[in-house]
Amino acid sequence: MTVLVIAEHDGALLKSATLNTISAAAKLGGDIHVLVAGAGCGAAAAAAAQVAGVAKVLLADAAHYQDQGAENLAALVLAQAGAYTHLLLPATSFGKNIAPRVAAKLDVAQISDIVSVEAADTFVRPIYAGNALATVKSSDGVKVITVRSTAFEAAGQGGSAPVEAIAAGPDLGLSRLVGRELTKSARPELAAAKIVVSGGRGMGSAENYSKFLDPIADKLNAALGASRAAVDAGYAPNDYQVGQTGKIVAPQLYLAIGISGAIQHLAGMKDAKVIVAINKDPDAPIFQVADYGLIGDLFQLVPQLTAELG
Amino acid sequence: MRVLVAVKRVVDYNVKVRVKADGTGVDLANVKMSMNPFDEIACEEAVRLKEAGVATEVVAVSCGVTACQETLRSAMALGADRGILVESEAELQPLAVAKLLQAVVNKEAPQLVLLGKQAIDDDSNQVGQMLASLMGWPQATFASKVVIAGDKASVTREIDGGLETLELKLPAVVTSDLRLNEPRYAALPSIMKAKKKPLAVIKPSDLGVDVSPRLSTLKVAEPPKRSAGVRVPDVKQLVDKLRNEAKVLP
Repeated sequence: MTVLVIAEHDGALLKSATLNTISAAAKLGGDIHVLVAGAGCGAAAAAAAQVAGVAKVLLADAAHYQDQGAENLAALVLAQAGAYTHLLLPATSFGKNIAPRVAAKLDVAQISDIVSVEAADTFVRPIYAGNALATVKSSDGVKVITVRSTAFEAAGQGGSAPVEAIAAGPDLGLSRLVGRELTKSARPELAAAKIVVSGGRGMGSAENYSKFLDPIADKLNAALGASRAAVDAGYAPNDYQVGQTGKIVAPQLYLAIGISGAIQHLAGMKDAKVIVAINKDPDAPIFQVADYGLIGDLFQLVPQLTAELG
Repeated sequence: MRVLVAVKRVVDYNVKVRVKADGTGVDLANVKMSMNPFDEIACEEAVRLKEAGVATEVVAVSCGVTACQETLRSAMALGADRGILVESEAELQPLAVAKLLQAVVNKEAPQLVLLGKQAIDDDSNQVGQMLASLMGWPQATFASKVVIAGDKASVTREIDGGLETLELKLPAVVTSDLRLNEPRYAALPSIMKAKKKPLAVIKPSDLGVDVSPRLSTLKVAEPPKRSAGVRVPDVKQLVDKLRNEAKVLP
């Protein structure tokens, strides 16, 4: 049994979800290989070689992998797939984009967003916004899997795997990246942060969102998140959205501020260790999952809390 | 150009499902069913393309039980011109749906296929990408903006770090994210008109597609329950509890 993990990286560093995916691969047993595809991504391949448990790193370096487009990357993975029993990708916008293209061409089912490995062919995955957990068994020869990063620890350091350059596939030329507008932030990555401060509709405006939440996030070295309502209203960028179809987070501490707690939002944060809710509506559903609830006006309570944190 | 929209009948997004006591699945008896919200957004986008004079015809397709005809009628009430139901009582997994859609696409020859990025029941997030792969087409998943110009589509996508814009050669597959548009409410006259629009019913065997499931569900269980904690009267006590009881703050 040999497992191939498709690395998500920025050319120099592995994204944290890749480390969680390697941990999920380790639960399968067998050798773990990591594919790093990009342009000028030797540093990322070297980083992958140092991850504990990795037996080999495959490096595909070509200009047409620069933008990480699904069409070219899926074709590259397919060309390697024959040597593997399992192909694992993080369940991020990167992995979700590529994995089904690979599975369809291999004529196998994909197992999405697994939270547990029960056996080499049996996995647990959430369905219905996490309101049920399905244990599914695959009868396919190759298992194509995306991994929910919050369900697996990040793999540690200490590996010294060889890096083997592999031939790039052709540029299919189906799609072209025109541009990216990435949210610039010095804060921790939302999906991997230890503390998340999230704002909802109750913030009232984009100005209030930053005026009240930036200082407390700064103090706690927290990532900022938001409910769908806050993102739809333009209070926060789209990549801040926590929920069923947004980011899934499981921090040590989740502060839900002015968030009512729709089931779709709860799906994204209910695995947090400690949940604090601040809301003026005592009947808000968020209080049914919060460890600590504070009822009142967030515009008074949040500055008080920021001050109290000293 | 013709636009194809795939729509799925799912448990309504407001319903909190219950796991059956015997662990075989979730209880769907007497539960309200609706069109998958992401598919509704995809359908709205297709109709807007027609209204803008870009698309000439919008064809809605659904795969599943007879009752999916209602979902197709909803799509036609939003403005789709006709519907196709690939009728099957069997469980249809994403790969099977992608193959059925591939067969329909081969017959209908659309330039653009719009789908929701994810169905809110199985949360798989697969069909659009699988269809694009089977067709050898480009894809843009998680779309928040779609502009068609000539034989190209410019699509803005919601990705983990922000937004990116891709230019795709048509034909292509686009899957919708939440902020692509806000679907209209179908007015009564549209609903009445939709009842008269053509709806074809075909079987997977007519399309020569094997829909046998590849994944078997061994068990469906309730996730660990989180119970409500305590109400704290003020900020001081909250910080005290976070520091000394939960120990999540230094």
